[in-house]
Amino acid sequence: MASVVQSGTDFSQVNELFLKELSYVPEWEKIKACIQCGTCTASCPTSWAMEYKPREIVGLFRAGMLERVLRSNTVWMCASCYYCAVRCPSGIRLADIMYVLRSLAIKHGLFRREEAYPALARMFAGVVDRYGRNAETEMLTRYYLSRKSPFGMAKQLGLALKMFRRGRLPLLPKAIRGQRDLEKIMARLKQEESE
Amino acid sequence: MREYTYYPGCSAEASSRPYDVSARSVAEAVGARLIELEDWNCCGATTYMSVEEKRAMALSARNLALAEKENRDLVTICNGCYCVLSKTHECMTGNGGLRKQLANALQAADLEYHGTVRVRHLLDVLVNDVGEEAIRSKVTSELKGLRVAPYYGCQLSRPKGRFGDPEFPTALDDLLSWLGADPVWYPLKAKCCGGMLMTVQADVCEKLVHRLLSAAVDAGAECLATLCPLCQINLEAYQEQISRKYGRRYDLPIFYFTQIVGLALGMGNEELRLSDNLTQSEAIVARY
Repeated sequence: MASVVQSGTDFSQVNELFLKELSYVPEWEKIKACIQCGTCTASCPTSWAMEYKPREIVGLFRAGMLERVLRSNTVWMCASCYYCAVRCPSGIRLADIMYVLRSLAIKHGLFRREEAYPALARMFAGVVDRYGRNAETEMLTRYYLSRKSPFGMAKQLGLALKMFRRGRLPLLPKAIRGQRDLEKIMARLKQEESE
Repeated sequence: MREYTYYPGCSAEASSRPYDVSARSVAEAVGARLIELEDWNCCGATTYMSVEEKRAMALSARNLALAEKENRDLVTICNGCYCVLSKTHECMTGNGGLRKQLANALQAADLEYHGTVRVRHLLDVLVNDVGEEAIRSKVTSELKGLRVAPYYGCQLSRPKGRFGDPEFPTALDDLLSWLGADPVWYPLKAKCCGGMLMTVQADVCEKLVHRLLSAAVDAGAECLATLCPLCQINLEAYQEQISRKYGRRYDLPIFYFTQIVGLALGMGNEELRLSDNLTQSEAIVARY
């Protein structure tokens, strides 16, 4: 693994955790071939709003400083458009790597409290785990309540009303019949991970 | 009549109901029968996938296992579902470490996946299976002179570009021209609308939508056709506030692409639910 980083670099714990999870990404080894050209940054529709640009993620990883990336707004600005992935001359699937970074940040509580995405993702996963499908209305209501932002909520109310009138905002969630099966699948997955 | 297994996706039951209704109407009319996958579950979606990838893929794995029993292509109308289902299929047929984990997890529910399902988007089915001749033969009211901006969004043409170029896809342009419409060329047709960022980073997302709308309008579009439920709502629902913020007035009708197809096939509101869109399309509907 030493060839991945510059020699003499001190691995931080985050770097090690990252490498472990990264191995699940198809063709993950290509990260070694990053030439720091910046095509990813130039292609990213939201890099202008990121504290560390996509190119810098690989740079900081090599320097053993990934934790900085996780504590920045960078990973939460990715919209998963995959431009970086299709344009990278080294074939690095940076968009997929972004997912690894996000799950690390959440798993180890390394994100900043003001980031909204982790809260949304938590609500989303909770609703899907409960019903087997995403009940959009419940998911968004829970999210806005969790953000404790009455202004944000009020801003959405007008839109919610319009959507409701058009039958595009059902109030009651619908659960699937195979919910028990899904629970079994998830339990097995968790068991495997802890082994 | 060729048959397909249909995966509507969660938003089809809520925010994108007009998409679901019009997709079923149009597919049936052109000879592609959509048979809904029994008891499907959430695909895992970008929001789940991007924080808990394995669990999200396990969700999609169940859908793939159920679909495999039906022995038909699996058709989605959502770019997000298309992307996650395709990625899961890729993982479960590749050599990565996830393949075994997912297969083991499925076994807990007596399910297995052998990797035989073809994940398709309805656009792919209409353009490549039904094809030009059959579509043209069904058109009853040609959309002559209708300048439509074809908008592809992201997760259909990327990361893989299974049908068409990852940056400049053309399938929707082709389909629109078979209907008699004029697809306008604009350089942003496969750029990102921001997706879920509208909920968590509205400022950033509004800027992306502003760019898309302004590029489409500058190119002379009088309406826009989307392939994804989330793109549709992002482009449709925030035009007023984006107009105020950026000082450019937007009033662009945003359609699900199936609604445009249905219009050319002579369908009405019952089949297309145009009145459930938030943007006004009466003027356009009246012309055809």
